Order: sequence, then structure tokens, then C-alpha cells
Amino acid sequence: MTEPVLSVRNVSRKFGALIASNNVSLDLRPGEIHALIGPNGAGKSTLIKQIAGGLRPDSGEVHFLGRDVTALSTVQRARMGLGRTFQISALAMEDTVLQNAMLGALGAGRRPYRFFRPVLKDRDLREVAETALDRVGLLDHAAIRTSDLSHGQRRQLEVAVALTLKPRAFIMDEPMAGLGASGSKRLTGFLDELRHEAPILLVEHDMDAVFALADRISVLVYGEVIATGTVEDIRNHAEVRRAYLGEDA
Amino acid sequence: MSRETIFNAVLALGLLLFPLWAYVADEPFMITLATRVAILALAGVGLNIALGLGGLVSLGHAAFFGIGGYAMGILAHHAQSYTPLMEVPFLIEGTKSMPVIWLVALAASALAALVIGALSLRTSGVYFIMITLAFGQMLFYFAISWPAYGGEDGLSIYVRNSFPGLNTLDPIQFFLIAYVILAAALMFAAMLAKSPFGLALNAARQTAERVETIGITPYRLRLTAFVISGAITGLAGALFADLNRFVSPSMFSWQTSGEIMIFIILGGVARLFGPVAGAALFIALEHVLGGLSEFWHIYLGLLLLAVVLYARGGIIGTLAGREVAHD
Amino acid sequence: MSFLLLIEQILNGLQFGVMLFLTAAGLTLVFGVMGLINLAHGSLFMIGAFAAAATAAATGSFVLGLAASLAAAAAAGALVEMLVIRRLYNRDHLDQVLATFALILIFSEGTRWLFGSFPLYLNIPLALSGPVTLPGGIEYPLYRLTIIAVGLLIALGLFLLISRTRLGVQIRAGESDREMIAALGIDINRLYTVVFALGAGLAGLAGALVGAIQSVQVGMGEPVLILAFVVIVIGGIGSIKGALIGSVLVGLTDTLGGVLLPETFKLFMDPASATAVGSALASMLIYILMAVVLIVRPTGLYGARA
Repeated sequence: MTEPVLSVRNVSRKFGALIASNNVSLDLRPGEIHALIGPNGAGKSTLIKQIAGGLRPDSGEVHFLGRDVTALSTVQRARMGLGRTFQISALAMEDTVLQNAMLGALGAGRRPYRFFRPVLKDRDLREVAETALDRVGLLDHAAIRTSDLSHGQRRQLEVAVALTLKPRAFIMDEPMAGLGASGSKRLTGFLDELRHEAPILLVEHDMDAVFALADRISVLVYGEVIATGTVEDIRNHAEVRRAYLGEDA
Repeated sequence: MSRETIFNAVLALGLLLFPLWAYVADEPFMITLATRVAILALAGVGLNIALGLGGLVSLGHAAFFGIGGYAMGILAHHAQSYTPLMEVPFLIEGTKSMPVIWLVALAASALAALVIGALSLRTSGVYFIMITLAFGQMLFYFAISWPAYGGEDGLSIYVRNSFPGLNTLDPIQFFLIAYVILAAALMFAAMLAKSPFGLALNAARQTAERVETIGITPYRLRLTAFVISGAITGLAGALFADLNRFVSPSMFSWQTSGEIMIFIILGGVARLFGPVAGAALFIALEHVLGGLSEFWHIYLGLLLLAVVLYARGGIIGTLAGREVAHD
Repeated sequence: MSFLLLIEQILNGLQFGVMLFLTAAGLTLVFGVMGLINLAHGSLFMIGAFAAAATAAATGSFVLGLAASLAAAAAAGALVEMLVIRRLYNRDHLDQVLATFALILIFSEGTRWLFGSFPLYLNIPLALSGPVTLPGGIEYPLYRLTIIAVGLLIALGLFLLISRTRLGVQIRAGESDREMIAALGIDINRLYTVVFALGAGLAGLAGALVGAIQSVQVGMGEPVLILAFVVIVIGGIGSIKGALIGSVLVGLTDTLGGVLLPETFKLFMDPASATAVGSALASMLIYILMAVVLIVRPTGLYGARA
């Protein structure tokens, strides 16, 4: 078995009496899409924060590219190549779509401390940004103000910004939300290809997309991973059906 | 050309033509008013980099304005009294040369902004507003209680400092110095807003979380912006002191911080020419209303209240549309 | 320095702190419940002082003056809340700073217009003037001692109000969850007006009590306002307990620093420069204290939210 790109080892986190993550372990292997599913309030967001940085686990470790990153900041993890999209779009709403993508390119280039030349005239950055926008199908919208985008388009832009970083692993928090049938089909196709560039840890509510895409699925309930396995394993898992899928069916 | 660009051009031209008219009409006081506008606008341009672009509501920019003022006051004081600033470990003399004074003002206020910013930016929101206010007050009380440079009474300079090739005592020439510096600062601010740094800083104001996940530290962006901002306001302080040939602790007062902020709000937050429009309106009001009523601050207060409550984009926002133009 | 002098200075610091608390309590309540940063709080302090001075001068009664200070400041607070402040709750802090700065200009100039630029004087009532002898032979002004007692009583009353009464329940609900207040069927507008007026009244009372020690003049509110900000930033914005501890800390630091620092510097400097350096440093001491607190705890001693 190949070494995982990202691995979460026995991570626990409490908020007062609430156990948000209870001894969670999961890993992300090269080339795979690993879906993380679970009912609302299962602790998915809390777990994502601990993986991406911004929230320290009480105990346990997060390893990325063979290195213990538990003590590293969000910025340091991003620089190592951890690309992330947000559930609630974290975009510069007053700026254009292109500017948001260029911001990502700027981060990837590590040189934000330049004060004189207009950033939009930087050909290299622009190319990175436009390529990423093109890949998610937003290049036509490059000059539009981000606040004027639909919810679905904002998700696409989230993905584009993550792409500009050329990350070694993606963490995507509900990228399909608000996309609509055709949009989510398109993105499904795109993520299917993307996994060969870098593996994806996918938090998603859209079960069709999850079952279509995921190599493996982990189910989080009350902060605990109750099952990890292939799509077939999860479909047939009694406890999962009871705790989670049963509600959906 | 957008309406904002046209408005900016009219404003820039108006600020130049008004004192030239006053020069022809032999109204030196009007030239001085225009000079005040240019210098106070410069202070506002400095604050606007932190406030408009970076979203850093600093209520302590009087600290830098005052440091710039005292840089001028202290250097000129030693020069006019022929006493060295210090002898140990090496000799530093005072100076009456404006360019040297400006450099010292820039450096001193940048250094102060680095220290104040490094501490203050650990906090955010209301805490940031209050801690910057407190640092301003700290310097205010220090200036009052430090007797070496006039304490509460401040320092007077007998003759305005000199600039090679110009007669700074001639109001119109001094105005032109201030105007050119303001123009340079505006050009710099415009470039900054469009630069990679400006893009990142502006994004950090809107969504700090995003900036972190692309591998850029918002704190450093903000600190850099705060230092640039403080340095420009400090330069304005040196010019302001030179205009008045006087520097006192009131330059450090929190009302000064509030007024610099008022220029920006009156003109329009994050608008390039916002501080110019705001300072011009403020000085005009002070002159006109101040002539009509001893209590003109009441009217200023009412106007300010109306702008905050009903005309949120300030003058430029009202005239040129609400949206802040980007590129 | 003698021990007696030290005790006296500690009492002075305590008295100063208690006055700061009365001002800071309203500020921190208004921030905690409404999320509003109110620069015009110092103006309410000033209004209280002017109302007390004018009423005491007209009636000759100090107590009536105090009552007037409470009433006038609370009324001004309620009025300004309904006319202006109410529109600011949903605005960002920058708008709040600017609008309340505008209110300061209006209040200050309005007061100058009504009362002129010359300071008014509010005399300490005869019954409270002169010193008392404390255990250990310390002579201390009775009036200042009364201020300490009154201030502590009000602090106690405020804690009881918040922990025991219906209004207190509503205030605490407002701090934690605004939607909940609406769900409970509480009239939010009225609650906000009441909280604002309560804070205003306390500030006005503080203004009147201090007005009898200093002079009553336009601009007297702003230095107090800034100190009150320092207090609530140290204590943690929104926390009454933090405001009390912050007030006493600031009061003691400022008073003792002014006395002790020059003395300390005299140990290794010549007296003239020791006094200069010491008092310069002392005037900055509380701001240094605040910076240190924020560096260690960026949301203050008892602050929860940023």
C-alpha cells in the first residue's frame, strides 16, 4: 500500500461537554477521492478545521506529506500544498472573479510584497489564474464582481482558487452545494479527473455525487468515524444505514 | 472615464487653481487654507491605506502625525538654538533642511507604526480601535509631561525650514511643495491599491480566512500597510508643523485622530481622493461656518451625522455612485 | 515615602477607580448588549456634571444636584438612543465611531453655547467637607471616602440588578443571544433604550460626583471616556466584573504610578530629572498596562468575544 498523503491519527477535540471529534482516524491516499459524510452536527466542519489548520486538536496528530503538521498554522499547511475550499464561500466579494483567482496565484507564487506594478499586468500570475478559471468554466465571468455570481458559481470559483495553488491534496467542503443538477454533474466529471493531480478529501451532502466519485467513504456520526470503506461497504453497512442513510431514504 | 475619475481630476485641478487665484488676487490667507487642505489630505491619504484598503480602523493616527510634527520641531529647535541633538555616542546636529526633516519624520513614524502596529494588530475589531486610541493618548501625555521640548506649551520655530532652490516663506511656494507631495502620495496610493500587495491586503480585509489558506499571513500584510500608512501620516505631520511653525501636544490628541478619520468619511472610505475631498470640505466648513458662528462644531457634528446615517459613501460616493471602483 | 502617604494614595486610587467604574459600566453594558461602541459616553458624564452644578447653584441642594445629574444624563441618553444610536446597531464599528464622534461635537458645543466657556463649580456639601481620621491616624477627606462608599454600593446594586432582576435576565439574554430576546417576546427597542439610559445615568452621576472635586467644564468627559475605554479593554468588553477590576487596576496604577515612579527614579538619578522622567513615564503607565494585558490576553481579562 502506498504511503497516504494526508493522515488524521486519533484526533479528539472537545468544546466544553460537547465531543466534536472523538478519536478520529482517516487517511487520504494518492489518486483517491475520500468522501467524508455524516448528518449535520456530526463534527465534519470541526474536523476539517483541524486538518486545514485554525483549530488545534486536544489530542492526536495530523500528518501531511509524511510530516507532523499538528502544530503548524493554516498558512504553513497551505504553503506545504494543502488546498482548501470553504463551505461558506470565503471570497473577496467586492473584487472581480479574476482578482480572486489571481489572489490564489499570488499566494502560490509567494510574492505578495510587491507594491508598484499592477497585479493585473503580471502575465505569469494572470495565466495561472485564467487557466484555473477556464478549468472550472468561469473564464467567461472573469470580469464580473464576485458578489454578482450565483451560489453555484461561487463554489466553482472556490475550486478555481484552490487550483491556482497546485496543491498536493485538496480538502473540499461541500463543493456541490447550490450547484443544480447540470452544474453538479459537470463538477463531478471535473473532480473525477482532478483526483489524478492530487487526492481529494470531499465533504459532501450530495449522495449521488459521493457514490459516483468516492473511492472510499468515511461516515462521521457524533464526532466518531463509525465506518470507512468502499461505496459498496458503506451501502451495505448496517450501522450506517440505521444512523444515517436510513434518514435519507 | 468614470464619473469618479472626472471628479478626481476636477478636485486636483481645483486645489491647484484656487491658491493660484489667491496668489494673483493677493490673498495669502487663502493660500494658507489651500496648503492646510493639501497637508491634511496627505494625512488622510496615509490613514486611508490602513482604513480603506486594509480595513484597520485606527483611532490613533495622531500618534504618527504628532511624531512627524515633533521630528520637525525637535530638529529645527536644535538648529535654531545651535545646540546639538546629542553628542554621545556620536554627534547629531539639528537641521533646517526640509528634505532631511521629511526623511527623519518618515523613518520615525514608520518605526513607531511598526511597534504600535505589531502590538495592536494582535487584536481586532473594537479592541483594535481602542488600543490604537490608547497608544495615541500615551504619546499625547508623554509630550505633555516631557519638559525638554516645551511640554504642554509646545515648540515654536522662528523661521520656516528651507528647501533647496525655493523660498519656503513665500506661501505659494510652500503650497506647491505640499501639493507635489500630496500628488506623489496619491499616485503611490493608487499604485498600491492595484499592486499585488494591494490585492492581498484588500482580500485580507474581506476574508482573512481565504488569505491564510492561500499561504499568506494577514497579520504581516496588515502590519506592512500600517507602517506605510503611519509613515505617510507622519510626513504630513512634519509639513503641518512647518506650515504653522509650531508644534504642540495637541497634534497627538485624539481629536486629531478623529479629524483625520472624518476627512476620509466625508470624502468616502477607500476612495483614492476621499481624503482630499473630505479635507477640502472640512476646511471650507471651518472657514465659512467658523465665520458665521462661534459654535460651528455643532453644524459640523450634524453634517457628519447626516453623512454617516444617510450618505454612506461620502461626497464621492454620493456624486459618483456607491460602488467602489476596482481597476 | 511614609506609610501613611502610601495609604492615602491607595485610597485616592480607589476613589478614582470607583468613579471610572461608574462611567465604564455603562460603556461596557452598551457594548455587551447592543454591540455598540459609543464615544459620546463622555458627553453624558459632562451633562451629568453640568446638570448637577446648575441645579445645586439654583436650589442650594447638593442632593437635588445629584438627582438632577442622574435624571438629565439618563434622559439625554434615552433621547439620543431613540434619535440616533438606534440606527447604528447594525452598522460597522467605523460608522459607530464616526456618528458618536459627531455627537460629541454636538453635545460639547451645545453645552458651551448654553453655559459658556467658563468652568462652573459644584461645592461639596458642608456635611461631607473636611477630613476624617481613619484607624491608624490617617486623615482623609470625608467626601472622597463617601465617593468610594457610594461607588461600591452602586457596583453592588448593579451586580444585583443583573443577577437577580427581570431586567438583568433580559440584559444577560441580550448579551448571549439576540434572537432569543425576540423569541421571549421582549420589546428589544425598549430594552435597548433602558440599558442605554441606565448607562447614561451612571455616567452622569459619576460626572456630578467628580464635578465637586474638579471644575465642571466642557471637554471634561473625554479624558474620562478614554480612561473608561482603557478600563473595559483591560477588563474585557461586555463584562461588568471586568469593568470593576479594570477600573480599580487603572485607578491604582495611575495614582500610585504618579507618586511612586518619580520616587523610584530618585534612587539612581538626580531629583530634577527623576521627577521629569518619572512623571512622564507615569502618565503613560496605564496605557502600558493596557498594552501588556492585550498582548497577554487579546480580548481582555474577562472578555469572551473579539
